[in-house]
Amino acid sequence: MSDIAARELRIVGFLCNWCSYGGADTAGVSRFKQPTDLRIIRVPCSGRVDPLFIVKALLNGADGVLVSGCHPRDCHYTDGNFYARRRLEMLKRLLPFLGIDERRFHYTWISASEGARWQQTVTDFTKRVHELGPLHARKEATP
Amino acid sequence: MSQRLREVIAGVFSEVDVVLAYQQGFDKLHVTPCFMTMPEEINKLVWNPLCAHNLTSYLPSLKKKKVAVVVKGCDSRTIVQFMEEGLINRENVVIIGIPCNGVISVNKVLHETNHEPIEDITFGENGEISVKTLKGEKTLLLSDVCPDKCKTCQYPTPIVYDRLVGDPITSDKSPDSVYADIKEFENKTLEERLQYWEQEFDRCIRCYACRNACPMCICQDSCIAETRDPHWISQRSTLSEKFMFHMIHALHLAGRCVECGECERACPMGIPVNKLKRKINLDMKELFGYEPGINPEDKPPLYTFKVDEATIKEHKI
Repeated sequence: MSDIAARELRIVGFLCNWCSYGGADTAGVSRFKQPTDLRIIRVPCSGRVDPLFIVKALLNGADGVLVSGCHPRDCHYTDGNFYARRRLEMLKRLLPFLGIDERRFHYTWISASEGARWQQTVTDFTKRVHELGPLHARKEATP
Repeated sequence: MSQRLREVIAGVFSEVDVVLAYQQGFDKLHVTPCFMTMPEEINKLVWNPLCAHNLTSYLPSLKKKKVAVVVKGCDSRTIVQFMEEGLINRENVVIIGIPCNGVISVNKVLHETNHEPIEDITFGENGEISVKTLKGEKTLLLSDVCPDKCKTCQYPTPIVYDRLVGDPITSDKSPDSVYADIKEFENKTLEERLQYWEQEFDRCIRCYACRNACPMCICQDSCIAETRDPHWISQRSTLSEKFMFHMIHALHLAGRCVECGECERACPMGIPVNKLKRKINLDMKELFGYEPGINPEDKPPLYTFKVDEATIKEHKI
């Protein structure tokens, strides 16, 4: 299935129920071809995404994390994604300080109708994570 | 200074239920917090550069009492942050501020004296400290044995106070020096940084002293590091669990840490626990122009938002 020829990596996606999850569904219904590395976790809102979710995923085996919510001003709960934007930006700046490449983490805004944009985001992000390679390669080599 | 502090404390006893100050610890090198409820207890009072503890940590749990507390410049930032977050009633607190020239790190003194038992320690006028051990006497300089935070201290005089003991001091340290070590660390490569943190966190014994000492860690017994539901971290002593614990501590303090350094003082393993929080503070300053514990009217940046964030650009893949 995957159009990127390599061993499949683990990418975790936290998608807002009201926009991006619908967007991913739209992409599926429209039969857009997508890489299969992404595991989607549906959350009620991007504001539900605690930066610790992302850290926990990266420390416990994920090679990349994608967070996607509604476009700013389009939040189902009025302001959840505004809070998310500040938190996620804080985390994005903190990750390189810890020695984790910030390109392994991406956050974006995709609405339910943007199936094509979803496909583009997943494809590009998966490609980028594949270029970076597995995060835990060193540990897996020496169990 | 001790005498003037005694007089000020004697003067506030009638207004409050308890006074938080310092008393002599188990030996000459250690000072410990004390809770004075009766005027005659004032004789216990000690004031010298060994009074490094941040006494304001006790304030949220004493929210319903009238409390007088002795604070240094750095400690006063904690009070301001408590006010920002509504964790204390300002009218219930009498703040006795003391301008401070720097405190002593007990660990650094012990390191200088090869961990010999300390017989006596005396403090000179100009920051010289003479330490007497069984092996003889040694003179140290305050600037050599102070915690790192004192070397770049911007607020030697308390920001808020009701009574001030002594004359206000202004900082002679450049504001750029505060985060110089963070900026220098960022010059390392990603691999070096990861290796650094893995080495540091690997020493962690999960005693949670850093969390318990932290004045801004207000969840305490409900800390998610110890809950089983949700089970954030297990009891295993692996690096990833230790790493995760420090991430919990750092991220729950994002944009709230007042850099009092209590976490590093309490750490028995000498892990630079405060560094991650200071990195986040630097980002908060760059992104939102916010510094924790400066203005009681401010709101911590992650508790609020702007519809149009001028400083946050959308990221492209």
